[in-house]
Amino acid sequence: MVYLTRKCEFAASHHYHNPEFSAEENRRVFGKCNNPNGHGHNYTLEVTVKGDVDPRTGFVMDLKDLKDVLNREILDAMDHRYLNKEVPEFAQQIPTTENVAIAIWNRLEQKLNMAKLHRVRVFESPELFVDYYGER
Amino acid sequence: MPKAYLTRRYMFSASHRLHCDEMSDGENRATYGKCNNSHGHGHNYFVEVTVSGQVDARTGMVCNLVDLDDCVRAEVLEHLDHENLNTLPEFADIVPTTENLCEEIYKILKREFRAAHLEKVRLEETMMNSFEYAGGAELRR
Repeated sequence: MVYLTRKCEFAASHHYHNPEFSAEENRRVFGKCNNPNGHGHNYTLEVTVKGDVDPRTGFVMDLKDLKDVLNREILDAMDHRYLNKEVPEFAQQIPTTENVAIAIWNRLEQKLNMAKLHRVRVFESPELFVDYYGER
Repeated sequence: MPKAYLTRRYMFSASHRLHCDEMSDGENRATYGKCNNSHGHGHNYFVEVTVSGQVDARTGMVCNLVDLDDCVRAEVLEHLDHENLNTLPEFADIVPTTENLCEEIYKILKREFRAAHLEKVRLEETMMNSFEYAGGAELRR
């Protein structure tokens, strides 16, 4: 079993707001992130897949296939987007780093049949990242 | 409910001297090399704190980052930043290696941080070496 990690970056804006909370509660829980005009980050995404190395190719999976899936499923949908308004998962859910990692996992899990998805790691900044292993 | 792991990175600067009273001067020099210099020396330490838990459906969070930051600042950074580690009570009887420091930080946070489960503390002494402690458990890959 070998683990393969591919890294990519995307830039996106978001804000945190729960319509079930009062305005005051939203400000208290979410702080600056509650600014309704949004703010942005340069996100770094690391996707790790695992599998046995194919004796013919020497690959866990073809990196080009992984790159194509990441471009199509994640970057096309999230790069240079306002997550709350343009990514359907965040119409109802708050686009925290936790929920971004979960949404990316759910998108990739359906599309990656060549190797098994192991971990999604999303850096919101160099000082903060979230790991999701598909645990529910 | 999905379970996620959140990691936050912090920095502090501190000095230390590696010296074991039970060893002879020669043995201390042989064991600790430059780190045995009697005047001490310092590092910029980076500490990564990983906590885990169910993602709260109302907030989208494992825990509120402000709570984690407040706890780490008050209990760890205020305690260690710009200090000589050898003068702290934790290191009265143990050598302030990065291994021991990593374990001490874990113990402090295990005791003080209640808003999510503490998974692991990772401590970088320099860019070339780092240590991880998960309360004695094997690390998650």
